[in-house]
Amino acid sequence: MPETPGTPKTSGAEGPGALLSVRSLKVGFDTEKGPVRALFGVSFSVAPGETVGLVGESGCGKTVTALAVLRLLQTPPARIEGGEIFFRGEDLLPLPEKRMCDVRGKEISMIFQEPMTSLNPVLTVGEQVAEVFTAHGACGKREAADRAVEWLRKVRMPDPERRAREYPHQMSGGMRQRAMIATALALSPSLVIADEPTTALDVTIQAQIMELLQEMREQEKMAVLLITHDLGVVHDFADRTAIMYLGRIVEIAPTRKLFADPVHPYTQGLLASLPGRNRGEKRLPSIPGTVPDLSAVPPGCPFAPRCPFRQGAIRRYQSGTSAQDDLAICDRTDPSPSEYGPGHLAACHHQRSARGEGAR
Amino acid sequence: MNGHSMLRETLRRLSRNPLAVAGAAVVLFFCVLALFPWLVSSHDPNRIDILKILEPPSGAHPLGTDDLGRDVLARMLHGARISLSVGFVAESIAIGIGLVIGLLAGYYGGKVDSLLMRFVDIMLCFPTFFLILAVIAFIGPSIWNIMFIIGVTGWMGVARLVRAETLSLKERDFVAAARAQGAGTARILFRHILPNTLAPILVAATLGVAGAILVESGLSFLGIGVQPPTPSWGNILTAGKDNIEFAWWLSLFPGLAIFLTVLGYNLLGEGIRDAVDPRLKGR
Repeated sequence: MPETPGTPKTSGAEGPGALLSVRSLKVGFDTEKGPVRALFGVSFSVAPGETVGLVGESGCGKTVTALAVLRLLQTPPARIEGGEIFFRGEDLLPLPEKRMCDVRGKEISMIFQEPMTSLNPVLTVGEQVAEVFTAHGACGKREAADRAVEWLRKVRMPDPERRAREYPHQMSGGMRQRAMIATALALSPSLVIADEPTTALDVTIQAQIMELLQEMREQEKMAVLLITHDLGVVHDFADRTAIMYLGRIVEIAPTRKLFADPVHPYTQGLLASLPGRNRGEKRLPSIPGTVPDLSAVPPGCPFAPRCPFRQGAIRRYQSGTSAQDDLAICDRTDPSPSEYGPGHLAACHHQRSARGEGAR
Repeated sequence: MNGHSMLRETLRRLSRNPLAVAGAAVVLFFCVLALFPWLVSSHDPNRIDILKILEPPSGAHPLGTDDLGRDVLARMLHGARISLSVGFVAESIAIGIGLVIGLLAGYYGGKVDSLLMRFVDIMLCFPTFFLILAVIAFIGPSIWNIMFIIGVTGWMGVARLVRAETLSLKERDFVAAARAQGAGTARILFRHILPNTLAPILVAATLGVAGAILVESGLSFLGIGVQPPTPSWGNILTAGKDNIEFAWWLSLFPGLAIFLTVLGYNLLGEGIRDAVDPRLKGR
């Protein structure tokens, strides 16, 4: 990837002209037990019109990343300890709050996980969609109300005129999520962050909502940062996928490449545990161990305690098969990402030496 | 279910509570009398008739006359207007102050919260009635001063209530969602958080009006409230006190009016509290 020194507008593995480019973002939280790191230098980018999936287990930092991009983390207790978030070539982190309010909803908007609680219970759904227009001074109150109904129709809310006058508690989860999508898209932002948009919905509704998002994305030509723990959703909708583990992106690649040729042992484990991939086997494989607590992250590679490569190396060394602990480095240093093909980065000591590729 | 179903649901539950309905009826009754006194009595409340001093209730004067021969019923009706509006205005001032202070303390938290809540604690330390007496002694008794002073000494409960509600509301997802849509602090506070605190405020307001009426009556009774000849229930009672041995009607009727109004507001307030309590839903 070409990168001219001195022009920080675009960055290395992410391609030029990125809409959003997050660079070594570090976020910490002050807790009662002392400071805890939540993000350990997260870097990724989203190109205009592109859908990037951000996948990981609960607590790995997906939502923190999303909230950090919109500068919605409450500080304190949160602290942004380093990194940059470039949006259209402008660093969002030092922006004054007032400018940030203009960006939110208009340039970057967000769809939340819980449609049941993300709508204000005392305002009608129409009023809440109209809010986006009035908050950004896009038009007067009456026109905002009309445009809200128009948007509710666009997201295929049944009977939009009537529904606009109803309150959230009178609607189903799917309808509320449609309303949320309408508010998020109302000002045609260039980037939408969808934080587990379907997690709280029934399976049948999930498919409908994802299809709607996909359709809207094409219609409005917007980029989507799709946060989910559902690899199936990512497989179907994301152009590129980033896998997060313990506050780091351990692997990022074009989705097809990632599913065909996962490099990081964590990605491999996740894919292996998908049903349908290993037909004939009685039990689904799972990744041994649990995610360590964020306040007790191991010093080396965060995945080492659960990593089959690392555990294998230890066994070989202990049983005398191997003369030395050839993966001792995993316990000492956190691996930095190396390249395994165009736009395919993964952070793993073992793979770097085993595959040879990209050991740059 | 249609548009304002939450309000409707609340009203439905309220209408099933006989005490609340009675309270509402009393409140409404006095409000109508205060607004349209000529419906009941055509007498001028300030017309002095020295030939008819301290007359007991009769056909011409249903509630008798006072020590200056004025019609007690007419004075009570116009007094209702004063007493009720003092109650409303004073409580509106209290709610306005309490709302802003509660919202700011709850929303910003930290030092702002500590500072404002300590201020509330300080205000609560004063025995309110004596504080009012002292201030009125300085600024002089007039209806406006009384409304003002009752208001600025009665907002602490509302502030605490709103602060507590705001503390929990600001963590709700819809506030985060509103912020993600670009809503600024003022919009979040007044458009998203404030309407969600209205139910408990309504309860506090109803009970607060009763309190304010009581304080006004007390002040007027002591002679530093509403000044004669302007009638108020409290100062009619004062005249009653001086003549209690031979003019029972002068004490009984204003006393009864104060008692019933305050009781009515309290019953209504508690009825609303029960009706908006989500734990009682489905009853």
